[in-house]
Amino acid sequence: MKHPEHNCDGEGRRSFLKKTTAITVLSIAPKALLNAGEQNEAIASFFEKAPIKLQINGKDYSLAVDPSMSLLDMLREQLGLTGTKKGCDQGHCGACIVHVDGQRVNSCLSIAVDNNGKKITTIEGLGQGDKLHPMQEAFIKHDAFQCGYCTPGQIMSAVACVKDGKANTPDEIREYMSGNICRCGAYPNIVDAIMEVKKSGQKI
Amino acid sequence: MDKNIFLNDDRVDGIEKVTGRAKYTADQRIDNIAYGVFVTSIIARGAIKNLLITEAKNSPGVLDIIFYQNCPPVPGYRPHDKELNKRGFEWQGLKVFNNNLVYHYGQPIALVVADTWEKAVKAAKLVKAEYITEAFETDFEKLRTDETKLKKIGEYKRGEPDAYKKADVFVEAEFFTPIETHNPMEMHATIAIWEGDDKLTVYDKSQGPKGTQSQLARCFGLEEKNVRVITEYVGGAFGASLRSWPNVPAAVIAAKKVKRPVKVLLNRRQMFSMVGYRPQSWQKIAIGATKEGKLVGITHHAVSNTSRYEDYREGIVNASQFLYDCPNVNTSYKILPLDLNTPTWMRGPGEATGAFALESALDELAYKLNMDPVELRVKNYAELHPVSKLPWSSKFLKECYDAGREKIGWNKRPTTPGLLKEDGMLVGYGMGGGVFGAGRGNAAVKAILKKDGTLTLQSAVSDMGPGTATAMVKIAEGVMDMPASKIRFMLGDTDFPPGPTQGGSTTTSTLGNGVSLVCDALKKNLKELAIANVASFKTLSADDIEIKNEQLISKKDGSARISMSELVKVTGKEQVEIIQESGRAAAEAQKYAMNSFSAHFVKVHVDPATGAVKLKQIVATGDGGKIISEKTARSQMIGGAVGGIGMALTEEVLIDHTTGKYVNDNLGSYHMPLHTDVPYIDTWFPNKPDPVINATGAKGVGEIALVGFAAAVANAVFNATGKRINKLPIKPEDLMS
Repeated sequence: MKHPEHNCDGEGRRSFLKKTTAITVLSIAPKALLNAGEQNEAIASFFEKAPIKLQINGKDYSLAVDPSMSLLDMLREQLGLTGTKKGCDQGHCGACIVHVDGQRVNSCLSIAVDNNGKKITTIEGLGQGDKLHPMQEAFIKHDAFQCGYCTPGQIMSAVACVKDGKANTPDEIREYMSGNICRCGAYPNIVDAIMEVKKSGQKI
Repeated sequence: MDKNIFLNDDRVDGIEKVTGRAKYTADQRIDNIAYGVFVTSIIARGAIKNLLITEAKNSPGVLDIIFYQNCPPVPGYRPHDKELNKRGFEWQGLKVFNNNLVYHYGQPIALVVADTWEKAVKAAKLVKAEYITEAFETDFEKLRTDETKLKKIGEYKRGEPDAYKKADVFVEAEFFTPIETHNPMEMHATIAIWEGDDKLTVYDKSQGPKGTQSQLARCFGLEEKNVRVITEYVGGAFGASLRSWPNVPAAVIAAKKVKRPVKVLLNRRQMFSMVGYRPQSWQKIAIGATKEGKLVGITHHAVSNTSRYEDYREGIVNASQFLYDCPNVNTSYKILPLDLNTPTWMRGPGEATGAFALESALDELAYKLNMDPVELRVKNYAELHPVSKLPWSSKFLKECYDAGREKIGWNKRPTTPGLLKEDGMLVGYGMGGGVFGAGRGNAAVKAILKKDGTLTLQSAVSDMGPGTATAMVKIAEGVMDMPASKIRFMLGDTDFPPGPTQGGSTTTSTLGNGVSLVCDALKKNLKELAIANVASFKTLSADDIEIKNEQLISKKDGSARISMSELVKVTGKEQVEIIQESGRAAAEAQKYAMNSFSAHFVKVHVDPATGAVKLKQIVATGDGGKIISEKTARSQMIGGAVGGIGMALTEEVLIDHTTGKYVNDNLGSYHMPLHTDVPYIDTWFPNKPDPVINATGAKGVGEIALVGFAAAVANAVFNATGKRINKLPIKPEDLMS
């Protein structure tokens, strides 16, 4: 049986990125650079920070980011928006879900630089100032969490669930929300919270 | 933001959690932080011959690579080195970077520290190791019968051993449970900050900040007061943070070495190989009864796995000794060391595994006796604890049976399996009982009444999710007779008075007692202050004064009256402070057995075409004594049931025995229950205060919420299909064969 060299997180993504970065560089880089950068590694280092502009929670940002950085790590480590959680970093759990141009996205699977020009909404931008979003209120009312760690992702997914018209029955909600894992097992209360927001007919 | 917009029983930290403001360990923003990423072994047993780090060290942003050859001396790793380690303390668990030995696949062998996480990840993959490999053993099923490899842990005997054999009717069966992991949604993380040579601040995902503080102080030879552990929020734990894993010492060692704060965050794969788990088990149980259903004898043997470097044990056979009234009981328990990481306590540790066997076997016995399974349990209801012969401080399990039967619609349960169908699905009903110890430990709580009339309570506990602060505020609300909105409970910082570790369903009991006592002490203190400082109270004694509605009032005629906030102002102080220690349960408690109890009732559908099992209805009932906060207690019961669904139907860690590697070490392959697996869950509590355990009467529900649930599912599956599955998780193929 063939073993991987070693276990460390993000291995596959990083090597993928190096390759794709190299391809991008080949297509856009001036000749001088190509001569200088014989190896992928050198190119990756040269382009250590890539400029992007995007809007997050209604605010414009011009950032320089590591091309290998995920949207999740950019939000958390670079901008301090730690409301979005890292639950697996592999797209399995949904704790990192944010809205990108109105669509729910696992931010751990989205490369930060791919979000140039996009509009991002995170849990921090869901309410209006101190006023909670109806889904946040419903989660509190129905005790739709215990530890609260998966909650930002659940709420972002729940808002998308109602907006996408997939909150008509409890079973429809369960299906739509099945990418959001809650280890504390608050699922029944989450379904209750979403049903209530849906039934209230509030614009969200 | 005004928290009063919510009903009184909403969580006090709800707004923080739904807005993303709640700070879990890895969320803490620390200046100049560096990131540590583990390199892990790819052999299951042997030693590192050579670690090749040059390439990684030259990788951009790398500050250091720490491994056994350059790890600074850690006092706790050398218990016999009198100079380094005066107290003779030994770090329990894997001594990360202590030597070149490899005890299991996925063991941390180096920590790459870099100035960004991305750079650390990149460099970690450049570290190469050459190993000396040794033969290893990871196959529990293959080895569990090899007596030369087993370690005897305990034996128990009451009456005649194996008396079941002489009974009118008996069942004998073997049970198998796999390795199960906690995998809380928050992965383990530690941030270590040295504030000088002898002063350390650590942010850590811990169920017991005081315990972590004490361990770290002793391990690194520091004064306990110079170690501060902060755990503001815990993103679930279920036992996984009852002790410290390699991330804790590694972060501390690294921060010292690179002279910068270091954050070590495990990845999901490492959550399997560096954090403990519920061990794999084999059990053999036999139960005999008279024709009338009176138990004659129970025999219960169990083996579970441990690691090669620690003996982990749990009470798998314990409940069989005392949950039911039975004159003859014998049990034995052994452990099998394997080349795996050490298991640890996982929700309902031991009991959850044992109850699967006991409660399934009782169900089988009920069919043999042609008796209702609940009636069989009622017939053998223990009024006295069968081991200690003591009365229970409180026990309302019969009430749980009754409520469960009624709510699930037990009368619809077919007495002959495999006959009832609904929408083309086979229908089955099942139940299982659970039990866990209840108790009370030490806690200290500080109360601070400010002149604005707000009350702050502080204790160095953490809350992994059940809602400790919410329950404590409710207790204080009741004792102080003041609105919850004016009470704040602060936790998660060892600068607060010492609080208990959150585990074994004892927090509400232990800490609640502390909160109750400190509020009583505060009231007494306020009365004394009023008598000393307020003219109209001068002639009164403390007994003449009551505190109601935030006011001190003369009981006699109400003529003397002052608000608590006014009283603080009159004394000329900013605030009135008091610390109260609360001890273990009193001598009175020694006269009683103390347990929480549960009974789980489920209805399942089994698809006759595929064998897929789906939970359709769940009723979880639990005698946890007085329920302090119904909303959060209900959520705990629901959460336990969901954990039980995982245990029964989906969760199993698989090992590749050719390498010793966990095969499904991610959340895509290790199947925890999802939204689609969980129906509505009804809960019910007798809600009767335990008169002995503590001042509030609360016993705790965290463990009983899970214990016995898997058996309820297995019993319902039998009721639906006539197939008795004694190996967890129950898979569709088990039902199709």
